[in-house]
Parts: sequence; structure tokens; C-alpha cells
Amino acid sequence: MEPFDTVTGAAAPLLLPNVDTDAIMPKQFLKGIDRSGLRDGFLFDLRCSADGAPRPDFVLNQPPWRDARFLVVGPNFGCGSSREHAVWGMRQFGIRAVIGTTYGGIFQDNCARNGVLTISLRPDEVETLGRQAGEANANCLRVDLPSQTVTIAATGRSIRFEIDALTKNALVQGLDAVAATLQDADRIWDFESAYFLARPWLV
Amino acid sequence: MTAGRTLYDKICAAHAVRELDDKGHILLYVDRHFLNEYTSPQAFSALREGQRSVWRPRASLAVVDHVNSTAPLRTIVIDDAAKAQQVRHLARNCRDFGIQLFDLLDRRQGIEHVVAAEQGFVLPGMVVAAGDSHTTTHGALGALSFGIGTSEIEHVLATQTLLYRRMRSLRVTIDGTLQPGVTAKDVIMALIAQIGASGASGFVIEFTGETISAMSVEGRMTICNMSVDAGARGALVAPDQRVLEYLKDKPMAPRGTLWDQAVADWSGLRSDPDAIFDREIALNASELAPMVSWGTSPDQSVPVDGRVPDPATESDPLRRRAMDTALRYMALAPGMRLQDVKIDRAFIGSCTNGRIEDLRAAAQVARGRRVAPGVRAMVVPGSTAVHDQAEAEGLHRTFLDAGFEWRQSGCSMCVAMNDDRLLPGERCASSTNRNFEGRQGAGGRTHLMSPAMVAAAAIAGRLADVRTLET
Repeated sequence: MEPFDTVTGAAAPLLLPNVDTDAIMPKQFLKGIDRSGLRDGFLFDLRCSADGAPRPDFVLNQPPWRDARFLVVGPNFGCGSSREHAVWGMRQFGIRAVIGTTYGGIFQDNCARNGVLTISLRPDEVETLGRQAGEANANCLRVDLPSQTVTIAATGRSIRFEIDALTKNALVQGLDAVAATLQDADRIWDFESAYFLARPWLV
Repeated sequence: MTAGRTLYDKICAAHAVRELDDKGHILLYVDRHFLNEYTSPQAFSALREGQRSVWRPRASLAVVDHVNSTAPLRTIVIDDAAKAQQVRHLARNCRDFGIQLFDLLDRRQGIEHVVAAEQGFVLPGMVVAAGDSHTTTHGALGALSFGIGTSEIEHVLATQTLLYRRMRSLRVTIDGTLQPGVTAKDVIMALIAQIGASGASGFVIEFTGETISAMSVEGRMTICNMSVDAGARGALVAPDQRVLEYLKDKPMAPRGTLWDQAVADWSGLRSDPDAIFDREIALNASELAPMVSWGTSPDQSVPVDGRVPDPATESDPLRRRAMDTALRYMALAPGMRLQDVKIDRAFIGSCTNGRIEDLRAAAQVARGRRVAPGVRAMVVPGSTAVHDQAEAEGLHRTFLDAGFEWRQSGCSMCVAMNDDRLLPGERCASSTNRNFEGRQGAGGRTHLMSPAMVAAAAIAGRLADVRTLET
């Protein structure tokens, strides 16, 4: 997994509530057997008209936000379907962190497994960052995961965010979670032996 | 003196391989895991790339459910080469890694959640994970069950565990008697309307109360299924006699002495009387009416005798904007009577409401009546076993005589990943779980409701109140 240390770049506002993973990655992009090619599907119906032409009025199609590294989002972003394709597509589009209040739980876990940081802040802080992200000439943010801060480049204002040490460490180091767990293989074996001994109907 | 433990605490504790920190992260053992054709391919590829094996192949069960045709005559032909490749790929992965697969010609095929329950693959007290958000369904059997992404599918396959953060606990107590025409679907839709689409975010819900006790296991599955659409990361009902009766003699359930041992163990699967929940909600079921969604989020629903709400009365600007967007997409105006809204399509099926009890309820409404002219109505059983059971009971005759299509099982138009979908602008009464924009087909408009309410709408040609449907 790609490590997340400090990332600097443009932020784009996308402040609707309940943006679901069907919207982030519509069904016609779910037909593959690999993770590639999902950039085109990212927020397809918002970004593009049915024939695939970009909608000029959509924020991510406009020059100041086209190369956004961050999204400032409304509550419950990524709710709905478990499809990890939503995160793969978002990452392929260039997004490294999402800033909002709350997230769909599975989506949030999927982000953590793909080097994408989900930052949870208070509604007023998200509003501030959303407003800043909407400033075409001042939408640059710096997200520093080790120090747990989002800094507005134009004003120097820093906002601290909370993240648990386990998730933070995995992101900063870019850990392979499966490999890490397999270091506990003996413990899993031991657990299983005792577990099935006590529950013979499960064997 | 320690406080009592919740059912959720007990299941977590029984599955904790080890604590990972002091913040509630544990390495959680996973008993059962299902796979489908569209969220699993990349997980198997990752296993191959990492030269990893599957830890316990028989803990997993694979089905084809999302992309397959539901044409009335059973077929393995799929409309799209890429989707057909997903099905072939799943078969190959299952063969290579020794995982049982119910393919398209298997009489046990169906939607993963319907199949896993009816086969007895899920048992009380288990931890169940699957690459589908509606895995929460199995809480109805007293199993902690939740959806995961593809990276976590790989994690389960390779290690039989997940890195898991303990959630907060929410008890929803539902008392009272459901009025005629009001179902489990209406209970969960009313709850979601009350607490919002993220109202249970970060929580595992335990449902309790006399309404739940009196409810069938299938009804409880409907409630647990859609708990994820309130943001819950799991939903539980303590297993009772109804659950034991449901599970006994299911093909994969234990038998004889092992069954007795299991039942004795399961009797401990309940929250202690003095257990403390992080949050409590009470709901009076007697006051509920059949619910219909009007918007594009599952919390945007009202009783069927109500009207489309007016965004101008919403004080929260974000929510008001979401309401405006939803009404524009749904082509509805504030103040409209819901029962004046005409429909083009009707869909009965899905892991929410595609079980035999759902088809019986819909057939009861359809019996002796006709689908309104101009409405295309489909019945898609949740599994092939449900399909066969319905035919044994003659329900298919009722549907066909009334003008419904009687089809093969699959996720079908709940997610529209196969060839069943709405055309742009079409409006559908649907027994499914999500009314998101484009969920049932780009530009399609979904109204969520119970299966009986869908049947009523199909017959009336508009959203209709099943309690007052004219003959």
C-alpha cells in the first residue's frame, strides 16, 4: 500500500450529504476482474453526461479542481454498497484524502486499505475547509498525517484531526495488512483449536 | 462488580484472537464468509500475487447472483462478455482454492444472503463477513454479520480474521402490534426515516421488544438487512425458539447430538439484563403505517397516506439542498399526495424482500387482480429454492394470472447489474433497499416499500395503500 505522510494539493468541495458508492462508482464500471480503469467511472454521473462528455459546470472538470488531491465532502460520504471499486476509482483520479464529518463505514475501511485518508472533523471545521476549497485561487491544503493536521496554505490556519494509532501507523508505513496478520498465524491456529474444541458443531 | 455484557460484547469476546491495542481493535475470527462474482475477483488475484493460500476453504461459500440473467427460462447466457468473464473467473477461483460454489445451474443458487440463511450455512453466535453491504441480514439468526470490501475479502480468505474495531452499541426496542398491512419492511423504513441514513453510523444495533419476538425470522432478516441503510455496521436479534425452528434440519445445520450441544450453547446468546448500551431508541410498532420512499436516500420516506414533503420546511441547509436535489431527480413536487404518483414498473425481490414469506404476501394481494395496463411488473425470487417453493405452493400461477412476470432468482433490479433495469425516467415501486439515483438503472426512479405494497401499486398503476386497495 502507498504510504501516506504529508500531501499537498488542491481541495475540491463536494458538500452534498449521503453521496453513496453507487454515485461514486456506477454499476457499468463494476464489470472488471482487476482494479484498473476505474478513473473514468469516478463520480461518473456528476462529472459526465450520459454520452461521456464532461459537464463543464461540475467542480472536478474546472481547472482549479481538475487535479484535486482532496475532497471536502458532506456527511455520510460513501454510504451504501461495499464496492471497493469506489475507492480504487477515487484514488486513480488522484484523491489522497477525504475531509468530512462522517462516512459510510465500509467505505472508510476500504479507504484505509488503499492509502486514502478519511479525516473526520466538526461540521463547522468542514464548512470552513469547504469554503476554502471553493476558492479557485486559494484551494491548496496540506495534510500532514504524522502531526495530524490539515493546513490551509493561503492562511496558514491549521486544524487538528483525530485518528487512532493503529490506522495511522498502517497508513504512514503503507503496511500490508494481510502480511502483518499472517505474522500472527500461530495465534490464529491456537485460537481455532480451542474454538472448535468448545464448538464441535462448527467443525 | 462488572456490568452485564451485551450480546454484541459476547460475540466479539468469543471471536477475539487477540487485542490489537487498547482502543477496541481486535483481531476478529470469522466463522463464515460468502463470495460473489463481482467483489471477489481482485481478492483472489491478490492471493495469487502474494502466493497466499486460503486459510479455511470450507468457511467460504460462493454464489453467482449479481450479474446473471433472471429470464423466466433458466439460462447461463449473460448479456455482456465482461460479466460472463466474472462468472467464469469465480468458477476458476473456487476450483483453484477449493471453495464450494453454487453456480447458475445449481438448485441452491440465489442471492448470497438468502442462500446462506436457507442452507443453514450461518448459525447463531457466528461472525459472518462478506463483500456485500447487506450481509447485516444474518443478525436475524443471532450472528454478528457485516459487509466488507475486496481488500478485506482477501484478508478473510488468507487469514480467517479481520482487523476489527469494536463498534458502539445501540438497542432498538420495538413494542406493540403491527396493524394489518404493516410489515417488517415498514418497521425498518420507519426507523431509518426517524434516525437518518447515518443514524446508526458507528453502531451495531440489537433489536428487541415484543414486536421483534412476535416477528418471523424472515421479517427479522428484512429489518437486519436494511440496518446498514441507517449506517449500522451490524444488527443482532438474540436467537429464540423461532430461530431454532427456522434452522432445524436446514441442509448445513448440525444434527443429532451436535444440534443439541449447539442449542445449549446458543441459549447464552443474549444481552445480560444489566447490560448497558451506548444508546437506546424505542419505537411503537402499533402506530406505524405502510411506508413509501419519495426521495433518493432511504431515510426519505413517509407513510403511504402522506404527502411529498416541502424542502422549505427543512431548517438544515444541507438537508434542504438534498431534498431539492431528490425531488428534482424524482420529478415530484412538494405537497403531492403519494397515492397520486403513477408508476411504470414494479419489482418484487432482493435480499431485503425476496424470501418465500415476501412472495406469499405479494401473491395474496395479487390474487384475483390484474396488473394495471402499461405497468411492467416482475417477481424475482431471492433464491432458486424460494422459486421452487413458490411454484410448489402455486404462487407463480397467481402472479402470472395477474400479469406479473415470474422470473429466475438473482439480485436483478435491486442493483441492476444484470440486464434487468429501469430506463431513464421510468418510475418503479420496488421491494428493494436503496432508492439512490440510478440504482435501478441510470435515470430510473425508485420508490421503496414492502412486497405487498409493490403488488398493490402494480395493480393500481400508482403508489397505493395496500390496506384500502379496491378489488
